[in-house]
Parts: sequence; structure tokens; C-alpha cells
Amino acid sequence: MRRLLAVPYFIWMLVFVITPLLLMAGYSFLDFSGNITLNNYAEFFSGNYIKMTVSSFWYAFLITIFTLLVSYPLALAVRMTSNKTMWLLIIILPTWINLLLKTYAFIGIFGRNGVVNGIAGWLNIGGFQLLFSDAAFIIVSVYIFMPFMLLPVFNAIDDIDNNLLNAARDLGASRTEVLFKVIMPLSVEGVKTGVQVVFIPSLSLFMITRLITGNKVITLGTAIEQQFLTNENWGMGSTIGVFLILMMLIVMIFTGGSSKKRVNKI
Amino acid sequence: MKTFISLIAVSLTAGIILLVTANLLEQSDNNDGNTLYVYNWGEYIDPGLLEKFYEETGIRVVYETFDSNEAMMVKVNQGGTPYDVIFPSEYTVEKMIKDQLIIPLDYSRLPNAKNIDNDISSRMPEEITAYSVPYFFGTVGILYNEEIVPELKFSTWNTLWDESLENEILMVDGAREVLGMSLNSMGESLNTTDDEKLQTAADKLIQLSPNIRGIVGDEIASMMTENEAQVAVVWSGMAQDIMRENDEMNYTVPKEGSNLWFDAMVIPKNSENTDGAYQFINFLLDSEIAAVNTEWVGYATPNTAALELMDEEVRKDTRFYPEDEQLESLEMYRDLGPEMISRYNELFLQFKMSLD
Amino acid sequence: MKKLSHLYLLIVIVLLYFPILYLMFYSFNSAGNMSSFDSFTLEHYISVFTNQRLIVIIINTLAVALISSAAAVLIGLGGALFMYNVKNSTRRILLSINNIMIVSPDVIIGASLLILFTLAGISLGSVSVVLAHIAFSVPIVVLMILPKLYNMNHSLVDAARDLGADYKTIILKVIIPYINPGIIAGFFMALTYSLDDFAVTFFVTGSGFSVLSVEIYAMARRGISLEINAVSTLIFLFVFALVFIYYLLSTHKQLKKEKVL
Repeated sequence: MRRLLAVPYFIWMLVFVITPLLLMAGYSFLDFSGNITLNNYAEFFSGNYIKMTVSSFWYAFLITIFTLLVSYPLALAVRMTSNKTMWLLIIILPTWINLLLKTYAFIGIFGRNGVVNGIAGWLNIGGFQLLFSDAAFIIVSVYIFMPFMLLPVFNAIDDIDNNLLNAARDLGASRTEVLFKVIMPLSVEGVKTGVQVVFIPSLSLFMITRLITGNKVITLGTAIEQQFLTNENWGMGSTIGVFLILMMLIVMIFTGGSSKKRVNKI
Repeated sequence: MKTFISLIAVSLTAGIILLVTANLLEQSDNNDGNTLYVYNWGEYIDPGLLEKFYEETGIRVVYETFDSNEAMMVKVNQGGTPYDVIFPSEYTVEKMIKDQLIIPLDYSRLPNAKNIDNDISSRMPEEITAYSVPYFFGTVGILYNEEIVPELKFSTWNTLWDESLENEILMVDGAREVLGMSLNSMGESLNTTDDEKLQTAADKLIQLSPNIRGIVGDEIASMMTENEAQVAVVWSGMAQDIMRENDEMNYTVPKEGSNLWFDAMVIPKNSENTDGAYQFINFLLDSEIAAVNTEWVGYATPNTAALELMDEEVRKDTRFYPEDEQLESLEMYRDLGPEMISRYNELFLQFKMSLD
Repeated sequence: MKKLSHLYLLIVIVLLYFPILYLMFYSFNSAGNMSSFDSFTLEHYISVFTNQRLIVIIINTLAVALISSAAAVLIGLGGALFMYNVKNSTRRILLSINNIMIVSPDVIIGASLLILFTLAGISLGSVSVVLAHIAFSVPIVVLMILPKLYNMNHSLVDAARDLGADYKTIILKVIIPYINPGIIAGFFMALTYSLDDFAVTFFVTGSGFSVLSVEIYAMARRGISLEINAVSTLIFLFVFALVFIYYLLSTHKQLKKEKVL
């Protein structure tokens, strides 16, 4: 029965993940004319792409940290409200407006003659060059990913039994102690999921790197898109893709851990 | 439990009902089955003309759009949809001929092709005109804010390197355009395959990086309308769009030369309605129809007969309808083959990575 | 403390909605752009209602999102239940494969699905788009459901089994009610992915079938028309109304409960 239920899932896995993955791995050893080669890998290690990998990693790291810093207190705040589902929905709603459209709004907000500079001018604190800056990139990314972090984190925090927190308080723990010693350890699973769904896609962000940073930030995703669509060099595109997946595996190992044991202990 | 089942059931049923409704809506006026699949850039035809074409011929146009030549090629290569008329740019036409994706045109079935300006189409390689008819054309040039940079005249590409333009230039995200601009500024051809010259052009570009505000795509249009930067390297069509919105902006093509581009109409090999395709192309080549379309799209038309029907202001605008002398300095992009294109892109990537 | 947290919630929500309000504001702009507000007009709304093609596209978009999210939840749930009961090491491998879809850039997914569909002889159109959306929504559903499963006290399942429940009953009566919030979260995430996706849909659509995001991208070349702002505003207000009704209903229920007590 359990296996039967999982059959569609395994079909999905085989058709939509394994097959394209093998195709990609295969392509990474091909050059333009379809000959087998290791040149793509040689080129990957030749400088540009290593530099790009490092900077992608760095930006993804920053985006994840800031997203977590915003989302975690938010999840706590939502937990304290009386109608949690409604507040969650209200926070998720903006993600249903098309991303490109919101990005255009951000261009209008961050631009030289945009809203932020308008307010700054009104307050007499001079103009900002926000558009095309790293800061704008991180703000917009955090904006985009925040709901994706919030949901799993909230799910985990919401599961914590109120009695547990009350007990901790009764036993003399301060609010901060409850937060750090009880809530945080119990919500680790949710945070891990959140980190996965934010860090991994932010390695391959592409559209907003062009729109918001004017290509001053280039992620691995941008490079892959270029190789596939502009250069039509599927071999090189696949090679970068292979490295992207390797990096994802690294992230998975760090955030994987053995979760079941901990639950059993409780 | 109840929530789970109702969630799944409701959304499945609602989804299917919606899908059927949409289908019915679309088919309500499409019963005779004579359809034509047209694949074009977004916002690149007057939608009223599709209606008019239906009234005249009874052929219903199913209109799909793409946002880049390359993405379009991926789809056409796979042959999932049998498109009947596609509107690629000239260098993509060349590639499609090489890949044997399109058919040579039978000009006897396109009597209105006589309206096309020979002076311009004669600049297209013969093999391209054998397979395609130009739709709109233009150049690559400099869009600049007259009010802010009056002393800079941009008669040469080298003005872009002027120190006063620090953090003031937006550029289109295209390897051929940007490297071509640098090659032109050195007096070289923008189809250069000489590696040394390419490298010099790339090095010269890196000197330009302090002046670059950003390298963006189609968003340049809205950004320049907003005065986000004072100068931009753009296609003429885009410049026309911007200048209609922002009258501080002006456009010029430097004297060293630049690119001459075409978007053209082609018929793919797997078209299932070639008759309709010929009728559609011929329809768009009609002088009056082309004039209406040019009015709506706002790009420069190669259709001389249509141009004669337009305002003198439009016709005489040498910024967008260059005179012979300037036409001489313009060059079309040739398909340089995948290895060379890859080299261009690699150098372009280096340039992007030199921006901070 | 509570006040502080409410304040924080409020600030975040204001910031979240700021760009949306910006879009809405300009949907009433007669100047036709998103920069200088000229004067108030409803012309963009009128043109939405007279543009049949746009209406068809909106309906398509909603339909694809609903169908694919529901299907993805069913498939993902099966996968998550299976993963819950396997060895840690096996699960880690399965999870990694699961996540490949999330890390892969849309262009790769789109291009490879296009190849797959043409090889399999699936004609491009509504069916291929729905299949593609299911494909990229499944992993996120699994990721949303799994943590809920871990947090479930396994003795619940054991107890049910001891009381003679078969696997079907356990799943329907014990597990699913418990992980319901995870399922709903997964469903909404899938909706979000589906509504936002451009690149994958672009590659696998055909025969004139289109969704809103593809249309918006095609428009971007000439500057997005404010009709799209109007559409977004309408959709947004519609969804917002639904949330409000939900709120009224749920408070109503609560009141009733309290009265009974």
C-alpha cells in the first residue's frame, strides 16, 4: 500500500529528474560538434567560472542569512496572533503577483527618480544609487524568498506545544532562555528546510541579476541560461549545471542530519 | 481529512472547468478550422490587422510570442508546434537556412514584395532574401539626453569613454552589439574573427566599465524613459519607443559605422498551411496595411510604398531612415558559427565580470 | 512582547505590500506608464474586460495552477509517506534527487522537458504545460510535508495500528489530519511556483496556449502595458476578498464554539 502510493512519485522521479539529469551529465562531455571532450571541465576551472561560483555562493549565503533573520521573528510573531492561517495567507499573497511585474515596481521604487529617492529628497538626506547595487539585489531577493522561508519555519514553530513553553517558564527560564533553549532547538527542522528552499534557488537566480543589478552580479544560473540560450553551447551549460547540482548536494549534507532520532528522544 | 479531500477535489474540478471554459471561449469564433500559426516578438504587430486578415481571408491567426531569437530557435528546432510564419532577425534567418528549418520563398506568390525598398534589401545577402522578406529594420546607436550632455555630440563611439559619463551608460545585453560597438570604435568590422583584434576590443571595453551603469535587456526602454541614465547603447527601434515617451532624448549613429538589422518573415519547413502563410506575408506587405502597422509598431519600415503614405516628419527622419552615405558605413551581423559566437560571449562575460 | 511582535508583523506586511500597492496605484494612471502619475482613469480596466484573448489567458493561468498544484500534492504526498518510513541514508539519497528539480535553473528544466515531450510525442499545449508544472511542483510539496511527518509522534500511528486500523485508515484518519498544515503549505507553494513560472512554460507551450507570465515577458520588450497592472489588481483584490471571507467564517465558527462551551 505504502509502495503503491509512492508509484506516481517514483515515475515522476524517473521521468522528470533522473532522465534529464543523465542527459545533462552526458551533455557536459560534449563539445559543439558532438565529440566527446573534457574541455568544458577544463574551462570551468580556468578562472572566470570559479570566480563566479565563489561570488554566487557568497550572495546565496547573504540572501539566506537575511531571509532567515527576517522570517524567524516573523514566524514567532505569526504564532502569537489569534488567526494564524489568515496572517500566513496575507504574507504569502504578494508572491502570487507576477515576479517580473514586482521587479518592475522595484525598479520604479529604487530608481534615481524613484520613490526611495523621493522620500530621501523630502527628508533632505541626499540621493541614493540603489538601483544596480548589491544592496538592492539582496533586498529584492529577500523579498522574493521570504515567504518560502517563512512557511517551513512557521510550520515547525507552530508545532511546539504551548505546555512545553509554559513548563519552561514555570521552571524559571527567562523569555530569552525559552527562545534559545526551547523554541530554537525544536524548530531546527523547519529552518533546515527553509535554508534548502532559499539557498539552493538563490544560487541560480537569473532574471533579477539583470534587472536589478544590471549584470553586475552574475550567478551560476545566469551563466547557464546564457550558455543554453545565447551561446547554444549545451555542453558548457550542462557542465555548470553539474557543478550547481554538486553544490546543492553539499548544502544538503550540511542541512541534512538525522532528524528522526531527535524526535524520538522527545 | 475533510479539508484535504475538498482541497484537492475543488481545485481539480475548478481547474478543469476553467480550462474547458477558456477553450470554449477561444473556439466560439473558430469553427471553420482554417488557422495560421504565427510566431512573433511581443507587441510587434497591430492586433487590429489580425482581425482584418480574418475578415478578408477567413483565416484565423493563432498568435504566439517569443522574447529572443535564441529561445525561439530552441522551440522551432524541436518542431513541437508547426508554425506557419515566424519573424526572426536576419542573423537567425541565416542560421535557420543552415539548419534547413525554413523554405525558400516563391516570390510569384508575394506580388506585394515589390513594395520593399530595393536599396535596403539589396544590402541583404542574396541567400537571406531568397528565404525571407524584411519586416522592420534599424540600426544600433547611442541614445542620449540632450539636456544633460549638450557638449558631447556622439559623432564617434569613443565619446562613450569620456570621463564625464562615469556611471551614466546603460547597454543592451548582447555580446554582438557590445563587442561590435567596441570593434566599430576601433574602425574594425563588427564581424571580425581575428582573435587579436577581438582581444583588443575586449580590453578597450574593460576600460569602459567605470562608465557603465548597467547592462540590461528590454528594460532599458522604461529605464531611459525615467532618466535612469544619461546615455544608452540601444537598437533604433527601442530608441524610437523611448523618444516618443521622453523628449529629452535623442538618437544618433556614430560615423565609424554600426550594425544594420532586420526582422524578417520566414516560412518554416514544417508549416501545415503554406498557402495561408503566403497570403499572410503578402497581406502585411500591402502598402496600406504596412503603413497602419508601422504607425502602430513605430519602427522603421523597409516598405517604400507604405512609407510614402506616412507623414513627412517620419519619412524624412534620417536618424531612423539613414541616407545612402550612412548606409554605406553600416554592416549586417553575419552568422559566424558557434565557436566564434562562443568566443564573443566569453569576452562579453569577462566584460560583465569586470563591472563592480 | 506581544505588542512588539504585532508591530514587527505589521511593518513586514507594509513592506511586502508596498511594491504591490505601487503596481495598483499606476493601474489607474492615464499616462500609460509606471512613473509619472498623470490623472485617474479606468481605461486599463475597461480594456481588460474587452480583451478576450487576455481573459482566456487569465483563465488558463488559474486553471493550470489549480490542476497542477492539486496533482503535485497527491504525487508528493505519496513520495513523502514513502520517504518517512525508509532508512536515513536511503532518504537522504531520495531527498537529494528530489531537490535537483529545485536547484535546476528554469531554462534547463524547460529545455529538457521540451526534449522529453517531443520524444514522447506529447503535443505542446495545455497538457504539456500542466505536466511541466506538476513536474516542478512535486519536490516542493515533498519538502513541505516531510518536516510535519517527522514532528508527528510515531506512537500515534502505533496506537492506531494496535487498535486494528489498516494502513489506509491510518493514513486517512491519523496521518493526513496531522500533517494537513504541511499539505496546505505545499499546495500554496505549488500555486506560487506555478503562477510565477515563465521559463519552463515558455518552452513547453504551443498551439496558441498561453499563460499570464509568458504574456508579461513578451510584453516587456515594449514596456509592460498597464492592462497587466489592472489584471494583477483585479486578481489580487479577488484573492484578498477570499481571504477576508475566510476570516469572517473562521471567526464566526470560533464564536459559535465559544457559545456552545
